[in-house]
Amino acid sequence: MTGFTGFALRRAVGAIVTLLAISVIVYVVFYATPGDVAQITCGPRCSPAQVHQVAQQLKLDDPLYVRYWHFLQGVVAGQDYSTGTSVERCSAPCLGLSYRSDRQVMQIILGKLPVSLSLVLGAMVLWLLLGVGTGVLSAWRRGRLTERALTGVTLAGVATPSFVIGLVLMIVVCGQLELLPFPEYVPLSADPEQWMWNLLLPWLTLALGEAAYFARLTRASMLETLAEDHIRTFRAYGVGERSIVGRHALRGALAPIIALNANDVGAMVGGAVLTETLFGLPGIGQELVHAVNVVDLPVVVGMVLVIGFFVVLANAVADVLYAVADRRVVLT
Amino acid sequence: MSEALVAVEVPGASASGTSGARQFRRRLRAQRAALVAAAVVALLALIAVAAPLLTAIEGQDPTTYHPSLVDSARGGVPIGSFGGASAEHWLGVEPQTGRDLFARLVYGARVSLGVALGATAVQILLGVVVGITAALGNRWVDQLLSRISDIIVAMPLMIMALALLAVVPGSFPRPVLVALIIGFVAWGTIAKITRAATLTLKQLDYVAAARLSGWSTLRIARRELLPGLAAPVITYAALMVPVNIGIEASLSFLGVGVKPPTPSWGQMLSSADVWYQAAPQYLLLPAGALFVTVLALTVLGDGVRTALDPRTASRLRVGTGHKGEAKA
Amino acid sequence: MSLVRVTDLTVEFGGLTAVDGLSFELAPGAALALVGESGSGKSTVASALLGLHRGTGARVGGSVEVAGTDVQRASEDELRRLRGGKAAMVFQDPLSSLDPYYAVGDQIAEVYRVHTRASRRAARARAVEVLDRVGIPDAPRRARSRPHEFSGGMRQRALIAMALACEPDLLIADEPTTALDVTVQAQILDLLHTLRAETGMGLLLVTHDVGVAAESVGEVLVMRHGRVVEHGPVGAVLGSPTQAYTRELLDAVPRVDAPRAPSQPSEEIVLEATGLRREFGRGKRAFAAVDDVSLRVHRGETLGIVGESGSGKTTLGRMLVGLLEPTAGQVRYDGHARVGVNRAVQMVFQDPVSSLNPRRSVGESIADPLRARGERDEQRIRGRVTELLERVGLEGAHYDRYPHEFSGGQRQRVGIARALAADPRVIVCDEPVSALDVTTQAQVVALLAELQRELGLALVFVAHDLAVVRRVSDRVAVMRQGRIVESGPADEVYDNPQALYTKQLLAAVPALDPEVAARRRTARREPAAL
Repeated sequence: MTGFTGFALRRAVGAIVTLLAISVIVYVVFYATPGDVAQITCGPRCSPAQVHQVAQQLKLDDPLYVRYWHFLQGVVAGQDYSTGTSVERCSAPCLGLSYRSDRQVMQIILGKLPVSLSLVLGAMVLWLLLGVGTGVLSAWRRGRLTERALTGVTLAGVATPSFVIGLVLMIVVCGQLELLPFPEYVPLSADPEQWMWNLLLPWLTLALGEAAYFARLTRASMLETLAEDHIRTFRAYGVGERSIVGRHALRGALAPIIALNANDVGAMVGGAVLTETLFGLPGIGQELVHAVNVVDLPVVVGMVLVIGFFVVLANAVADVLYAVADRRVVLT
Repeated sequence: MSEALVAVEVPGASASGTSGARQFRRRLRAQRAALVAAAVVALLALIAVAAPLLTAIEGQDPTTYHPSLVDSARGGVPIGSFGGASAEHWLGVEPQTGRDLFARLVYGARVSLGVALGATAVQILLGVVVGITAALGNRWVDQLLSRISDIIVAMPLMIMALALLAVVPGSFPRPVLVALIIGFVAWGTIAKITRAATLTLKQLDYVAAARLSGWSTLRIARRELLPGLAAPVITYAALMVPVNIGIEASLSFLGVGVKPPTPSWGQMLSSADVWYQAAPQYLLLPAGALFVTVLALTVLGDGVRTALDPRTASRLRVGTGHKGEAKA
Repeated sequence: MSLVRVTDLTVEFGGLTAVDGLSFELAPGAALALVGESGSGKSTVASALLGLHRGTGARVGGSVEVAGTDVQRASEDELRRLRGGKAAMVFQDPLSSLDPYYAVGDQIAEVYRVHTRASRRAARARAVEVLDRVGIPDAPRRARSRPHEFSGGMRQRALIAMALACEPDLLIADEPTTALDVTVQAQILDLLHTLRAETGMGLLLVTHDVGVAAESVGEVLVMRHGRVVEHGPVGAVLGSPTQAYTRELLDAVPRVDAPRAPSQPSEEIVLEATGLRREFGRGKRAFAAVDDVSLRVHRGETLGIVGESGSGKTTLGRMLVGLLEPTAGQVRYDGHARVGVNRAVQMVFQDPVSSLNPRRSVGESIADPLRARGERDEQRIRGRVTELLERVGLEGAHYDRYPHEFSGGQRQRVGIARALAADPRVIVCDEPVSALDVTTQAQVVALLAELQRELGLALVFVAHDLAVVRRVSDRVAVMRQGRIVESGPADEVYDNPQALYTKQLLAAVPALDPEVAARRRTARREPAAL
């Protein structure tokens, strides 16, 4: 088992390096762009003197690498900020202060995180169940009417952008049928039942498209496994269809499903932004769109990094799971 | 990163490794759904190209306001039935502004397809160059480029696009910018596919034979490797176009993609939920257009994949022994 | 009552007739081999015995009766009881024939439970029992390993164990040793022989290798184009064949005991390797595929390099032509040290499919060395390529055809023409005939010999097949684990081997004479007799 532990360790180090690389790229891209940050931050009606004052306050005159170094220090050890009159302590991991509200970026993110996590984790459960279930059913009933119908439905699911699904769901379920009220976020700790009912539509919005995608993948990899030689062996030994599909073909499709799930975390976060905006859920995505619109760079950078952290984490976990699922993978 | 998703099949590595353009067309023709999809895509492309002509026939343009056609007392609902549809305005007008809906829709097709194709082109260019360089370069080049590709794949595409769109000055032509940004944040997978395919091709004996003939590495890359990469790259590109359309629509829906007055389907939808009762066609038309476009392109992409990689397809058709068992 | 009765069997795929009016019977406990070249329909017959064509779109006519089950008319349940229960099948590729995700013992137990309703525990115990029976050492522990943790020979034993699990009346073995090394092949064939003697089950062996058939069965059925060519006791069919095709087939089979017509190589050394070593991998995983190999190739001679898989023979071949750089040591051509490729040293590759670019016409591929040399005159290029195509037995008009329009043997001829286009003095042939049927093999080998005489070429012939190497080589080097264990004139090495490994290799080669085969089998059981 030492080989496996070593593999997991190497993967963890790789994840940290990746995260550092992402932070460099993000920092450079955002702070070295042609637009004048001070001018944008101050607003179009600022006088040159005001702009200069803003630039000084934001330490924009320092070279980029110095600012990045300060930023890294803040992440690792925390940082003190003078807000004119008093000194504010921003403890590690500190992602800096918002240009707009002087609030700590980390605080803003932490405040929004429960909403986004509720949305994303719930949707993930839903789409894995729906997607893999549909895929297995399609593979089992291949060549029959069930499969054709499911193929049509999944194709439509893949072809519809998630915000269109959300729009239609909201209009039909809340507007026309009035089955549910328009969603409004209720914390899980406050009222679990309301939390669930209010998140139902956002979950569906985020999950349906992904589920269709997973159903197609599951079906395809199961059919591919079903065409392999070892399936022929079990047929030639009288093993029944149920065991062949449910045991052998599904096991073969497991590894690609895990891999795709990891790669998809990024796409899912994007979907979460749309869903939050559509339903007015006060999560990270909505805050990010807001920050982008008012060019609040520390918030944008901080959010991209936090999201990047989750994505890298998910990928590392998935890689380890993948190695467990597919023991043929050489652990390097 | 796991290699499972980029385990590409390279024609020529297989027993019946032949993929002439003629065979490709024959296989594509054998799929009815793909043919219908191809026809729909062709029609959409025609509409996009001929948008100025079509609106000229209608006698409208996508940007002129018609305040007289909306009822400002009721918040700007179009006057008349079917959203103000008439001989002058075939599909009615936009709520509040009274802009011609037909014109905005066909110009929207232009933006949608143009941005998606541009983004795909950028993705392919970057991905193929990085992928080939990684596969043919030494260990360090390969390690570095592969890691970068991994990072690009892992980065949340929408978030990066969203964030990048914030920092670029507004003077830059917006559709071009959107295409470039989608292209720049989503070339990782194609780079990985290209690298894997190149590594497979490099192992093939005919490449070794070309080396023994005395050809230079560059010539071998051009004559022996690039044609072999066409199939996996085209396959992926065909699947990427509808995805890019979805991304553009999403960004515009969020208000950070294509900005008014340039029309875009996603942008039209961003305010449609308010009007679904008063002017339902304002929601249904762009949503339907998006759905049909993405669906047609996805089906076509599947068809292209089946035609370019017939072994997978034929494997899936025979030898599964299930249909017959049902009959017996 | 017969164990197998096949009457007028016809199998069609699309418009293609794979099996055409075939009839034969097999008595309980008897052993029959279906022998034929690729496309003869022999594997299709094996699948038809278990009704595996159901649902594949194939049209099956005639009647098939196996162990009292009418396969054509049987219900799904009857068919399932037959498969694995009364008749079990062993496939060619043992790695892909087992589920990579489950332990070998669990897979055998699953099959056992399908047929017996035994408890999980009892099924596991049965799996361990049969694994032990087929000679897997430490079976209780190995039963928990996945297929990739087994060697090729062990995997084939595991598949045979699966077949044995339900004590079937009939064992169908479809090319069971084709993917294996010759020494492992001998072990598996011996195992099959022993098991048959112990259990009294019948055997239907499908093989392209006449030698394998001679080793294992009492009766032979030679097939061609889906029809019976000749059917009879193995000694009679192989000893005194009555049909022209059988004779042709037997003549084409290379024999390990037939010396080759002597040639007169010169003393001039064209290619020399000294202390060649090649490592793969880095750090702890590094291993030497080729380790301290020195050899010389004289003008006009053929040096055979023979070895099993993993012996490093292919790596050595690639270093000789300069496709791989040695980690240590040197390759000298014409007395000069050489780095990289050299037109005068060419290669013919193993796989006739991947050695030609599918997107370029064969003429263009052959013209490559000419163009690379700087020839620009299209007229002359075409002329020379036409000449080369005709020289290797193809037509000049084939210039514009694409590889997929040719058969395997023809493609190999194209590969030879491409090598010749560079005007080489040495050609390294890496398993040039191992992907071909025996009759095609014989033709390609003859072509190479002819070209050698005519052009004074030196050939390095790398192969795993001892008999083919003997047929073509003046001198032979035997490789094992990256080293040359024995080398010398071919007749000396084959008739009077010195190294123990060479002796084992030669003892494992299947004999065409069933009596000799039986003697050898006894000899293998007593290693002291070597």
